[in-house]
Formats: sequence, structure tokens, C-alpha cells
Amino acid sequence: MGLFEKFTTIANGRNMLDQLGFDPFNVEIEEILSPTMARIAGREVLLAGTNNYLGLTFDPRCIEAACSATRAEGTGTTGSRMANGTFAGHRALERELAEFFGCAKAIVFSTGFVANLGVISTLTGPGDTLLIDGDCHASIYDGCRMSGADIIRFRHNNAADLEKRLRRLGDRAKNTLIIVEGIYSMLGDRAPLAEIVALKKKYGFWLMVDEAHSLGVLGRKGMGLVEEADCLEDVDFIVGTFSKSLGAIGGFCVSNHPELDLVRYASRSYLFTASPSPATVASVRQALQLLASGKDLRERLWCNARHLYDGLAKLGFSLGPEPTPVIAVYVRSKEETLFSWKELLDQGIYVNLILPPAAPDGKSLLRCSVSAAHTHEQINHIIKAFSAMSADITL
Amino acid sequence: MSRADYAEIFEEVKTLLGRFGKSLENIDEEADIINDLGLDSLLVMELVQEVEDAFDISFPLNDLSGIRTVKDFVLQIQKNIEV
Repeated sequence: MGLFEKFTTIANGRNMLDQLGFDPFNVEIEEILSPTMARIAGREVLLAGTNNYLGLTFDPRCIEAACSATRAEGTGTTGSRMANGTFAGHRALERELAEFFGCAKAIVFSTGFVANLGVISTLTGPGDTLLIDGDCHASIYDGCRMSGADIIRFRHNNAADLEKRLRRLGDRAKNTLIIVEGIYSMLGDRAPLAEIVALKKKYGFWLMVDEAHSLGVLGRKGMGLVEEADCLEDVDFIVGTFSKSLGAIGGFCVSNHPELDLVRYASRSYLFTASPSPATVASVRQALQLLASGKDLRERLWCNARHLYDGLAKLGFSLGPEPTPVIAVYVRSKEETLFSWKELLDQGIYVNLILPPAAPDGKSLLRCSVSAAHTHEQINHIIKAFSAMSADITL
Repeated sequence: MSRADYAEIFEEVKTLLGRFGKSLENIDEEADIINDLGLDSLLVMELVQEVEDAFDISFPLNDLSGIRTVKDFVLQIQKNIEV
């Protein structure tokens, strides 16, 4: 076995799924029909687990922008910006992101994951401290590990617990970066940002907010939790992704610290990764314009999110702490959650199956994400499917 | 805890492990935290938070890299208390 010994647990899990005859972690989308519909195993399925919050993946303007850019500039950049040069679109997207957030500087990365790896591991190093919410995304944990800084977790969304840990750090708080998320990807709850900013004023740490699931979702202009909580001046770094509300792939960091621009010369995940393709950059620029130009998409998204959350709550399901476009549904045991996921798919509804350790507190859950592109009838259809399922599952 | 006493720390760690559903009789110094006591990576991180609060110390997750047994863990806590 040798190198592969460490995969024994995974192999056992895979064998178990083979015996069950279905695999929630390798679902093949045979045909993607729209932001909310796909063909899976020969039948049409309603998608309720895509993070396609604004439903822009099929927006004709974004598609046309991507096609035009491909025809004009080719399919890829074939290397990093340091080696192969910066395309005009890269620079334009960075300028537009900085303008959108009202920040001095922006850097674009090839994925959201890479943005967290690159920014966190470059900003901090040995001798610094990272204090992160326990429910932070894997990319944040990995960026922290790569940094060599001391990593300390505080209890999820618990500002008092954070303060206890800050107090223990004493003067080291000044060289501490605290990382939280606008909307947490599994439970769909917001960080208590106003309370954390109040602590920042007391302890003088640095603050980063990952708006991966809140860009385009929160705030009057869709900037995220930082805008909603009116904390733009107090947050040092905002990171995010283009792969959710903006319907493409890529990541970014914006900041009012002019030194952010130096990060690109020191970040290995920026220096040694091929830069985003012309199609990606063009569609993201178009999607950002759509996101910034109006709030109709956000209003539809929130209307759908509240409709689904209320509908599932009325059925008696135990849900994540607050209604947002990410809705966590608890279904008791791991096995029950697994079979519930299959039952929903059999009814033509696709949601995400989340098992520990991906789900917090060792629990299993069905994760729904709502889109502005869902119709009222589609949300009703999802609720109906859960209702049929709840008849067989102990809540 | 004014002085980092190994035996006191060991007893406290045992109590904390008990909160994670571990039978106190099975917890000896040489027990492997993951293989013998069955804590997964998430539970280990939660245990660290409990330790930080119980001893009022910072215990960076980086310090876990050299820890395998309960004894390793107690010695590292002792070190962090004395910092």
C-alpha cells in the first residue's frame, strides 16, 4: 500500500457508497439547461445547490462578453502575469473592482481558493498570529497553514470568545489578522461584524472579511456584509470569488492599504499560476456591471430565500440560524441525511449533501442555495419535495 | 494555575476529554489522541479551544504538529503555560 495507506478511510467510504448504488459526491450533470435546471441520469432536475445566487451564468450579455473576448484574445493566457504579461482586461477588472468597493487597490487571482491562499500566506508569517472563526472555509485554513503564523480559532460567530483570545495575546494583537466570512458557506449565517469592528478599535488588530457567499447578496449595492454593516472603513482586506454571484471563476482581494499591490510580487499563488482567461475576465466584468447597476436581482434572490426558509421552517425542519440564500437543513443522522439527499434527487431536486467534517459540530446537513433565477413555482416545488421527504424521515 | 504542574494538567486534560465522551479509565499518558481515543481533526481543534479556556493560555494549532499522545499534549500545554 505504502503512500496510499492514508486513503483507507476514504476507500472505505467509497466502498460503502458503491454498495448503496448512488454517489452524492460524483453527480454527473449530463446537460446544464439553465441557471436552475439540469439533466441528471436522463431526467430534468431542479438545481437548489449551485451558489449561482444571481443566476448570471446564462445571462446573454455575460455569454456574449465571454465569446467576444475569446474570439479577440484567444482561449487562455497560457501563463502568469509576471511571465506572460498582463492583459488589458486583467487591469481593467482590477480597476473596476477597486471602484466598486471604493478601495485603493485590487488584485485578481485565478480562483477564490487561490486568493485566500495567496493573500493570507503572504500577509502573515512567523511571529504573526491568525485568529480565525472556527467555521472558516478550507481555503482560509490552508492559507493560514502556509503562512507559518500562529493559528488560533475562536468559537463560531462568538465575539466574546474572540475577545477572550485577543486578551490572552496582549501586545501580539497588533500583529494579528482576524478572518471572518460575510455569509458562512455551510450554515448561511452572517459574521457579527459590527461587534468585531468594535473589538478592532479596542485591540488594534487587522481584519479580513471573505465575501465569497455575500458578494451580490448583502448590502445596498451588493458589496457584501462589509457594506451592510457599514464597516468599509474598518475592514483592512476584503477577499472574494467570481465563481458564485458573478457566475464565472476567479478570486480577488481589495484594500485601502496601498501596500496590497506589493502582495502580488510576493504571493506564490499569484506569481506561479496562469492568469484568468480572457473569457473569464470579460464575463466577470459584465457580471460586475449587472451586479452594481441595480438591486432587482438581489430583491428577487431575497424573496426566494425567505420563501424557502419559511416554507421549510413551517414543515418543522431544523434550519440554519437565519434566512439567507444559503439554507442548511438538519436531518438527524448521517445515514438519514444521505438517504434524504437521494430521495430529493429522485423527486427531481438537487441539493448539496454535507457530511462531517465539512459540516460544523460533527452534524450532517442538506445544504440548499437559492438563486434569483428560481421562480416562485420552483421554490414551491423544492418545499413540496422536502414535505414529501419529511413524511418518511424523523425530524 | 500559578505553576505548571504536570499531574494537575494531566488530570484537567482527562476531564476535558471526558466532555468529548471519552471514558476516563481509558485515558492514560501513552494513549494516542487520534488512534486510541478516536478524536478526529475537528474534535482535536475543539479540544484545543477547551484547553485554552481551562488554562487561560493561547495554544496555536501549529503546536499540534508534534503531538501524538496525551503525554505530548500535556507537555505542550505545560510549555505554553510557562511562556
